[in-house]
Amino acid sequence: MLTLDALTIRQGDFSLTADWSVAPAERVAIIGPSGGGKSTLLMTIAGFIPLTSGRLLWQGRDLVGVPPGQRPVSMLFQDQNLFPHLTVAQNLGLGLSSDLRLTSVQVDQVESALRRVGLEGMGERKPSELSGGQQGRAALARALLRARPVLLLDEPFAALGPALKAEMLDLVAEVASETGAAVLMVTHDPADARRFADKTVLVADGVAQAPQPTAALFAEPPQALRDYLGTA
Amino acid sequence: MADRAVALRIAALGVALLLAALTLGSAIIVAARATSWTLGPADGAALRFTLLQAALSAGLSALLAVPVARALMRRRFLGRGVLIRLMAAPFVLPVVVAVLGLLAVFGRAGPVNGALAALGLPALSIFGLHGVVLAHVFLNLPLAVRIILMGWQAIPAERLRLAQSLGFSDRAMFRHIELPMLRAVLPGAGAVIFLLCLTSFAVALTLGGGPKSSTLELAIFQALRFDFDLGRAALLAALQFALCAAVTVATARVASPFGFGAGLDRAVLPFAPRGWRAALDAVAIAAAALLLLAPLLAVVVRGVPGLLDLPSGVWPAALRSVLVALASAALAVAAALVLALALAAVPLGRFGRGIEMVAMLPLAASGLVMGVGLFLVIHPVARPESLALPVTVLVNATLSLPYLFRLLLPQARQVVADYGRLSASLGMGARARLRWVILPRLSRPLGYGAGLAAALSMGDLGVIALFAGDQGATLPLMVQRLMGAYRMEQAAGAALLLVSLSFGVFWLFDRIGDRNADA
Repeated sequence: MLTLDALTIRQGDFSLTADWSVAPAERVAIIGPSGGGKSTLLMTIAGFIPLTSGRLLWQGRDLVGVPPGQRPVSMLFQDQNLFPHLTVAQNLGLGLSSDLRLTSVQVDQVESALRRVGLEGMGERKPSELSGGQQGRAALARALLRARPVLLLDEPFAALGPALKAEMLDLVAEVASETGAAVLMVTHDPADARRFADKTVLVADGVAQAPQPTAALFAEPPQALRDYLGTA
Repeated sequence: MADRAVALRIAALGVALLLAALTLGSAIIVAARATSWTLGPADGAALRFTLLQAALSAGLSALLAVPVARALMRRRFLGRGVLIRLMAAPFVLPVVVAVLGLLAVFGRAGPVNGALAALGLPALSIFGLHGVVLAHVFLNLPLAVRIILMGWQAIPAERLRLAQSLGFSDRAMFRHIELPMLRAVLPGAGAVIFLLCLTSFAVALTLGGGPKSSTLELAIFQALRFDFDLGRAALLAALQFALCAAVTVATARVASPFGFGAGLDRAVLPFAPRGWRAALDAVAIAAAALLLLAPLLAVVVRGVPGLLDLPSGVWPAALRSVLVALASAALAVAAALVLALALAAVPLGRFGRGIEMVAMLPLAASGLVMGVGLFLVIHPVARPESLALPVTVLVNATLSLPYLFRLLLPQARQVVADYGRLSASLGMGARARLRWVILPRLSRPLGYGAGLAAALSMGDLGVIALFAGDQGATLPLMVQRLMGAYRMEQAAGAALLLVSLSFGVFWLFDRIGDRNADA
């Protein structure tokens, strides 16, 4: 269980609080107006932004002070998820060994991860030779290899068209259920939340509210969500 | 992650302290050894000559560069790209090679004086003030041209199109487009060249000399080497340091010595008047090309026969020069990388600004002042000759560091911004990041910077002249000694070897950097 215990982040005038938890294998969308702190929340869980107060726990263990690479977390950023000078296979290999010294078993693992996301035979290519969707797949394949119990998505597919994005979200769901990972996904699109997430966190007015069942939330949206959606 | 950042900061602090010790520390040591604080008449003359030649060189280079840059900017002709690229060459051209080429063209028996004699005009002397200024213009005019071309480049294309659509006359073009740009870039170009000429040693050593045309830098050398008057050398070095520091501070806001860098090829041709202005442009381009190429060509023509008849000392000197160049390139690149990475990793606070300032210190430093400082430290404990090469490596690396630092910093910032979080989220340690992220991403500026540092060091004739004994000369010193002995053919041969090696290492490193950079 990932627990945000009376967590507060303050940066100048900006502040955000959260006090809830996410169960293993749960899929949660994070939605809200831009500038509200969706990405900040994810960056804090990933270890790039320090908390001002409160605690961040994974299975009861405090994560404060744990470096990003050692947290039980994989993250897909908005962009720059792949090193452009390394091959796709090397980019995946970094998920298994951060100094890229791979055993033959690990090389096989990379190969099968590529196959799993539909990039078979593309390991020797550079990221620039892949389409946007394929780059997303490669980043997901690396998350698959790392097999961390929490997967954070900071709108990595925002630049893709609707059909491709839906396809990627399905793939994320498959990958997550294979590794049993909890997924927290930032999005600005209610359709993504409905399609993908059992629960949704609304981030507005300095508060990341506790996850609520997505369907119920959109059926009877609170004022802050109505403001965001632009419905009366 | 925290440990890594701390280790990097400590390393950067170490480099910064070493730099400060070499630049400021040496000045303090030197000043402490000055025996008297009154300037003799010769010292005053050296100070005046230094200022005069620097002012003339800077002014002429900047002014002459204006029509050349304008012509290059608005005309298209065969070899234009090559000529623009050649404009970067004098920066890495060994000064003594340039001098040798200029002597061949403008010297007593050269074609210029031949033509003057044929016309019944008095001969032009290349020694003294004339020669020093001529050499400095040869070395720095291209730099000024490149800086102005960058100014042209920075004018938004929309503004040029607007000027065209308004049907601007040539005069209006000059007033509203070119003049404001020149006002912005020309003072900086002039200030940089002034500063470079203040600390010029090799030119003064070969073309100046005598009480009437000696720079401070040369006077320091003579006081130490010939008179062995440590007190006077120290006084002059302190004076030189104060002068450089004062000029640097006074021009800090306008001077930007970084007139190299790619991308001087704008596709659009905004305005290209015909008639006499086209002829004038052609003259400007031809004159610049001739000034640039003739001396280089002369070195090649004279040097080829000399190559077959090189004195035996030349090859060991060449080996020493290559080793010095490689060592000082390695040292400068490592130090600049540490500083750039440390600075890229932190937001600009007091630490960052401090590092940035220290990294720029060597621009204001004089090689000879540093040399005298190190001489005073070493002299009591060891024979300076025995440490000539390590000292040269250290001083050369220090002098080229600001350029490398400037080259690396923006790209280091970019790498940290683009891939810092990704590397951290993958748990990559310091070594993995260096191997898999930083070196590949910075490969191009690292290669270019290493080439620059190696070539600058290869051609340097400064501190080595202060330290080297009869044995243990580097190749530039060898060329200078052969010139001094009027063995011109051998000097030209050695100079050709030197310039080939300089451009060779530059090209090689640049190539390595390019090859390892992709995506």
